[in-house]
Amino acid sequence: MALLKTIKEVGNYFNEIYDGVASLVRGMKVTGGYFIKRGQIVTQKYPENRATLKMFDNFKGELQLIHDENNQHSCNVCNTCARKCPNGSIEVIYKKVEGADGRSKKILDKYIYHLETCSFCGLCVPACDEHALRFDQEFEHAVFDKSKLTKVLNKPGSTCKVVKE
Amino acid sequence: MEETLMDIDLKDKEEYIVNMGPQHPSTHGVLRFETCLQGEKVKYIIPHCGYIHRGIEKMCEKLTYPQLLHLTDRMDYLSAHINNEAVSLCVENAMGIEVSDRVKYIRTIFAELTRIASHQLWWSAFGMDLGALTTFFYGLRDREKILDIFEETTGTRLIQSFITPGGLMADVHPNFQRRIKEFITYFRKKLPEYDQLLTGNIIFRERTKGIGVMSKELAIDYGVTGPSGRGSGFHCDIRKIAPYSAYPFVKFNEIIFPEGDTYARYLVRMKEMWESLNVLEQLVDNIPQGQIMLELKAIKAPKGEYYQRVETARGELGVYIVSDGGPSPARMKFRTPNFSNLFIINKIASGHKIADLVAISGSLDLVIPDIDR
Repeated sequence: MALLKTIKEVGNYFNEIYDGVASLVRGMKVTGGYFIKRGQIVTQKYPENRATLKMFDNFKGELQLIHDENNQHSCNVCNTCARKCPNGSIEVIYKKVEGADGRSKKILDKYIYHLETCSFCGLCVPACDEHALRFDQEFEHAVFDKSKLTKVLNKPGSTCKVVKE
Repeated sequence: MEETLMDIDLKDKEEYIVNMGPQHPSTHGVLRFETCLQGEKVKYIIPHCGYIHRGIEKMCEKLTYPQLLHLTDRMDYLSAHINNEAVSLCVENAMGIEVSDRVKYIRTIFAELTRIASHQLWWSAFGMDLGALTTFFYGLRDREKILDIFEETTGTRLIQSFITPGGLMADVHPNFQRRIKEFITYFRKKLPEYDQLLTGNIIFRERTKGIGVMSKELAIDYGVTGPSGRGSGFHCDIRKIAPYSAYPFVKFNEIIFPEGDTYARYLVRMKEMWESLNVLEQLVDNIPQGQIMLELKAIKAPKGEYYQRVETARGELGVYIVSDGGPSPARMKFRTPNFSNLFIINKIASGHKIADLVAISGSLDLVIPDIDR
């Protein structure tokens, strides 16, 4: 009986070794298979493919004040986006000018966007009734100086399409 | 004053006190285990948290409900959608409104995708903790497909802020359903590969079986929920106990393993990925038509106290709101799963080798910002 038990134990011992080696071979077969299979490369050569790299349409890059071909935006200084922003990343600075009818109007002076505090929650874009804002496709945000992250979004010399009365 | 191991008079001079973390690669974040070692054996562990405390609960008191959502993303960043959903459901319950079926379905689809993506990353990192670097690349390769689905609809990959009180930020992209179906067929083929690579591996099995055994009683005592609790036979899936969103409409199994060791916790997560694929398959073709965002004049919770719990990829997340009737909460409290799951580690890792401590903390799937908030 004792001999039988010993034989069984020895058998189990070698079985375990066999199972262990077989499991390693099974795993190696998966990794080895990828050396042979073609068309399974999933990596991209990033800085080289900048020209062809395209983000999805909804991608949240940097905030952008939409300007048309006449250098006109549609911000009417209602300040809703700045109030919706949880981090205070948006400052809308206006100036008062005298309109054609002699009454003073608010027009956009500077639309300041703090990229350094923006958390890309996306509350500002749907908040705008004039659809003046959108996120662009820019994703390379790294700069050497923090002050470069504070941006003025309205282009120089731009005017407003709709002026708030 | 906080008690540390330094204060304890060490009678046996053979003992060493070693800090694991806060910058240890296998703590996956800034967590410090103050570990008392006897040779290579762990005698006991005191976890120290607070290295990434940002005061999210206090910050929430200054923000309106739609605004504070983006902070909840940053607690358990691997379950961002589910955290959003928890707060949204709590606010909706408080206001007594109900979203359309379309919103419920889309929320559940996103939650299940998040769960798969989270488990994929956990699988990758767990293999890497135990010395198998290959798993990291394989897991992240497949996770990329889910992140693409997220990015196409929401615009961001990790922290989306997509689910808000009253509905969703936007409708889903036209490619949404096609991409998910493609992903289901793709990932069903890849999951057996995961098993061949790691689950069957003899070194992996030897290192996880019988290590860090947590009994069901211990899991209940410490409030260990999620896959870690279910690996000990603790019936704790909120999706089954208190179904929310579209979970009442779908059929799925709650995965429970009674063994309670590291290998059981591993198997729970692997099986949960299959279940999540089943849930996705049931939902993706049947998304009903409906309103995406309810038209609400103001999002204000009436005066009172509200609680809502959901099942994230790591366990039970509870959101507790005390409202004084204003647009922002008077007090906000999150019962996060990782905080409860962390403190079991002294009980289950004591007596094991220090290399097993890495396996055990990996199997608990800790996300450190969720512990500290």
